[in-house]
Amino acid sequence: MNNQKAPKTEQGLKQTPLDALHRESGGKMVPFAGYDMPVQFEAGIIAEHLHTREKASVFDVSHMGQALLKGDNTGAALETLVPGDIQGLNEGRTRYTLLTNEQGGILDDLMVTNQGDHLYLVVNAACKEGDFAHIQDRIGDVADLEILDDRALIAIQGPAAAAVLSRLQPSVETMPFMSADAIDIGGIACFVTRSGYTGEDGYEISVPAADAETLARLLLDEAEVKPAGLGARDTLRLEAGLCLYGNDIDGHTTPIEAGLSWAVNKRRRIERGFPGDDIILSQLKDGAPRKRVGIKPDGKAPARAHTVIEDLGGNTIGEVTSGGYGPSVGGPIAMGYVEAAFTDPDTSVNLMVRGKALAAKVTKLPFVQQRYYKP
Amino acid sequence: MAIKYTKDHEWIIMEGEIAVVGISDYAQEQLGEIVYVELPEVGKQLDKGDEACVIESVKAASEIYAPASGDVTEGNQDLDGAPGKVNEDATGEGWLFKMTLNDPTELNDMMDAGAYKEFVEDLG
Repeated sequence: MNNQKAPKTEQGLKQTPLDALHRESGGKMVPFAGYDMPVQFEAGIIAEHLHTREKASVFDVSHMGQALLKGDNTGAALETLVPGDIQGLNEGRTRYTLLTNEQGGILDDLMVTNQGDHLYLVVNAACKEGDFAHIQDRIGDVADLEILDDRALIAIQGPAAAAVLSRLQPSVETMPFMSADAIDIGGIACFVTRSGYTGEDGYEISVPAADAETLARLLLDEAEVKPAGLGARDTLRLEAGLCLYGNDIDGHTTPIEAGLSWAVNKRRRIERGFPGDDIILSQLKDGAPRKRVGIKPDGKAPARAHTVIEDLGGNTIGEVTSGGYGPSVGGPIAMGYVEAAFTDPDTSVNLMVRGKALAAKVTKLPFVQQRYYKP
Repeated sequence: MAIKYTKDHEWIIMEGEIAVVGISDYAQEQLGEIVYVELPEVGKQLDKGDEACVIESVKAASEIYAPASGDVTEGNQDLDGAPGKVNEDATGEGWLFKMTLNDPTELNDMMDAGAYKEFVEDLG
């Protein structure tokens, strides 16, 4: 066996405010995006994944970047960096959008919430320093970026999440998907959005770092709730067809290629004025040369990221960007990019795994139906 | 002959002239939940240290090396429908493949169960 054992502690890694709780809960800690994070707890990735789909799990996502954008016209300012409709985002609503580059690639994907007199941003852990520098550099003269490095972010995800959280704060029960509210949970001042990264109903709760462990324990004390790590978070999001930044989207993939055209707002298509607008809008009109698709291997062997995808004639037509085992699917699943001619569902392709061609089919995403709360 | 271990966490047990090969309990614990085992083809000629088969866990693919030189005589077909046997019983029902040995003296520098236990404890 190749020795892939991660060191127990690695120098320079940051800890989240829930670090002590993770270790107490049996978390297997690994380095991720500069943080010491639990990849799994004692139950294991598959059990944690299935528990999330059946009941509810708590995830520590405090490594992600949180910030406020303040100023007189932050919506218009942020729109110069993203293709989304931020000016039209109502107070108490959250939207998924993308920081794009001049080549139409994606610098990061992020959540933007209108908190009344300012915007609240949540960005990816591995990108946060770059994102904040980019925002500061590009719109720092018209908007004041305030990085919230004293807050934790806790996700509770799963069909029981609403029942659990509403026991602690009844007002969360009827919050629409992608809405947000500043509310107390167990006497702790929180900022809650009904959103997540698992395909299930759930919430992400921004909480002062000092109160994070208290809140996490309140949630974990509920009968339906168990802790889950980054391993389950990854298999859940892959089944839900959600992109992982750095794998499925990056500076070289456009929103159109990534199947995120819906994040390019109708008004913005006309008004333009976001980085890479020429390339993105021309791909929207004429089609992209390649597209992100779901891929289902016919057999049992998983195909991992960077697996080459070939057509039946042996020509390279793309690459897997995320792949592994889907616990709810009960078999291997993947997604990746293929040339435009091969994007139809049920197209037969070969995945080149360890020199062998594994038969697979292009498939629609998601692999598991998303179950967001729609009142 | 009793079980012998390599530093790469494979084990070998002789059944007459044939060697049974698997991974250690420590190794399965490190890999996590195993979802697929790519068994070597019967007849495959292995040199000691060659990649013999691949174990896929939820997290990653890991190569398993031949602990000795010889020819593969059988793969554990039960793992096709139940790869989790490697997690449940790594040194028993979770065996990976059987092979002939070109040179049984290759086993001499392997660790016995006691020495392997100390080796793993030293890994921390």
